[in-house]
Amino acid sequence: MKEWKKNYDLYLLLVPAAVFFIVFAYVPMGGLVIAFKDYNLFRGLWGSDWSGLANFREMFSIPEFFRITRNTLLLNLLGLIVCFPAPILLALMLNEVRSRSLKKISQSMLYLPHFMSWIVLGGIVYAVLSPKYGVINQILRWLGMKEIYFMADQTWWIITYTLSAVWQSAGWGTIIYLAAITAIDPALYEAASIDGAGRIRKIASVTLPSIMPTIVILFILAVGNMVSIGIEQPLALANSVVSNVSEVISTYVYRVGIKQGEFGLTTAVGMVQSVINLCLVVAANHFAKRAGGEGLW
Amino acid sequence: MVGGTASSSASSSASGEAKPTGELARPAPATRPRKAKRTPGELVFDILVYSALIVFTFICLFPFLNTLANAFSSSTAIQTGKVLLWPVEFQVGSMKMILADSSVMRSLFVTVFLTVVGTTLNLLFTIITAYPLSRRDLKGRGIFMRFMVVTMLFSGGMIPLFLVVKSLHLLDTLWALIIPGLISAFNVIIMKSFFQTIPDELREASVMDGCGNMRYLIRIVLPLSGASLATIGLFYAVGHWNAYFGAVLYINDPDLLTLQAKLRNILLLSQMDTSLEQMTMESKFTVIQESLKAAVIVVATVPILIVYPFLQKYFVKGSMLGSVKG
Repeated sequence: MKEWKKNYDLYLLLVPAAVFFIVFAYVPMGGLVIAFKDYNLFRGLWGSDWSGLANFREMFSIPEFFRITRNTLLLNLLGLIVCFPAPILLALMLNEVRSRSLKKISQSMLYLPHFMSWIVLGGIVYAVLSPKYGVINQILRWLGMKEIYFMADQTWWIITYTLSAVWQSAGWGTIIYLAAITAIDPALYEAASIDGAGRIRKIASVTLPSIMPTIVILFILAVGNMVSIGIEQPLALANSVVSNVSEVISTYVYRVGIKQGEFGLTTAVGMVQSVINLCLVVAANHFAKRAGGEGLW
Repeated sequence: MVGGTASSSASSSASGEAKPTGELARPAPATRPRKAKRTPGELVFDILVYSALIVFTFICLFPFLNTLANAFSSSTAIQTGKVLLWPVEFQVGSMKMILADSSVMRSLFVTVFLTVVGTTLNLLFTIITAYPLSRRDLKGRGIFMRFMVVTMLFSGGMIPLFLVVKSLHLLDTLWALIIPGLISAFNVIIMKSFFQTIPDELREASVMDGCGNMRYLIRIVLPLSGASLATIGLFYAVGHWNAYFGAVLYINDPDLLTLQAKLRNILLLSQMDTSLEQMTMESKFTVIQESLKAAVIVVATVPILIVYPFLQKYFVKGSMLGSVKG
């Protein structure tokens, strides 16, 4: 009681946050009941009829469901394979650079794309890769090759999508690894040199193991995002010609849910996405702990 | 730059490195024992690393430079493929056209307003949430943390959130772009970790001098938290500046379109003709000139480039504050 009196003002400070999280996180979670309703915009959430699992049954019967799930998983898996190691590799290289000015300049340039919106990046990607005017295809023509329809060919679209994600995030991702590398005890490197280790050997035997906990934590977070591909990148890069591979769960929910008013069905789709996400994070965390590392919680 | 490469030495880079990281500083990463000469193997290794890094940096930068060059080149030069890194047949017409377009300028103003007001509110609410949670003597903070972390792991998704925003009558107001993202649980945790690094003895001493919680927060904690406030503020500001989906989702009023949403409307047109162009190989559909598209992109990018150098030192330092713990 005394404790409460002494710090009553601190509890008061927490009130806005409590209200915020209830209204904008917990109420929407409650709003998931829409998935079990035949939602009618005019009758509202509580006026609409219950429909049991009808929305979920419909979800599995629509042909797009398989496609958007496949695309989401495929793009995310590629992201995990290509985008996840990129900042680690880059950080290891930056750490080997002894020229401070080169390191600084390079870092500033590498961070830059992180500060641009996907609309800007998407616009640039479209312009640079355009088959007629794009500079990449100009270079291909000079080299005597045929132009490539990067954004209109399904395979090339997937490659472009993945590489543009590397472009946007790899540099920024190095910050966290460089911080972890900074924290390594230099005595370890000295010991390694005395044992005759070369620089590659030091990276493999000292640097990498030392930043392993950071790698594991970021990996868990990345796995947790496996299903929840953000909407800004796919929406900025998608086009009608390649919708077969560019439509993902989030863009589908937006297109069919918000634009066509199919609230019940798309809430169900979104809910499945959230549940799988949660399972993946919990599982990844569990395995990280089992493997002897530190988990997120 | 080249001179720096040749003359860098372990001692200077070690002491130089330790400085900017401030209180976190541990000995620099480059402290491997220095030999007078590099072995041939080391030299090959260095050449490989340096060239890989330079190539990657260039690839990273090239699309921006090309776009900048396009914005100031004539359409014929772009179409004949002469533009690489420098403007060809220099012109400022496209740029003038964009800057004269009042709707682009209005959306720029909306975005600046949103970024300033939104970031201020974000910071305010993040501080007042993170500070109590950083106090080990606060009962029940564990419960509140869990209450908050759950929202990072599970969410209702786009549709239920949209309906909440709608039922609060926030649609078609700029509040719809500020309030639903007011507090980020992730940033609260980073800031809370930072507040916890301030020694508790400082508070005990202040309490002795008759300083209450609020006064301590405002007079002692905040002035000591410059770097982390700047970093988290930067994260929020970049988020506001770049976000477009919120505006696409919640805003229909053309007067309230943010710059990114406006940009999307302009570029979407051109995307459509990119795909049409690709299917038909006809350029008749190219409604918007290439240099005009590039000019829009440049206008949207320049404000970031202007503030970028000033903020850089903060964000590197500040992100480390949040990450070293991991």
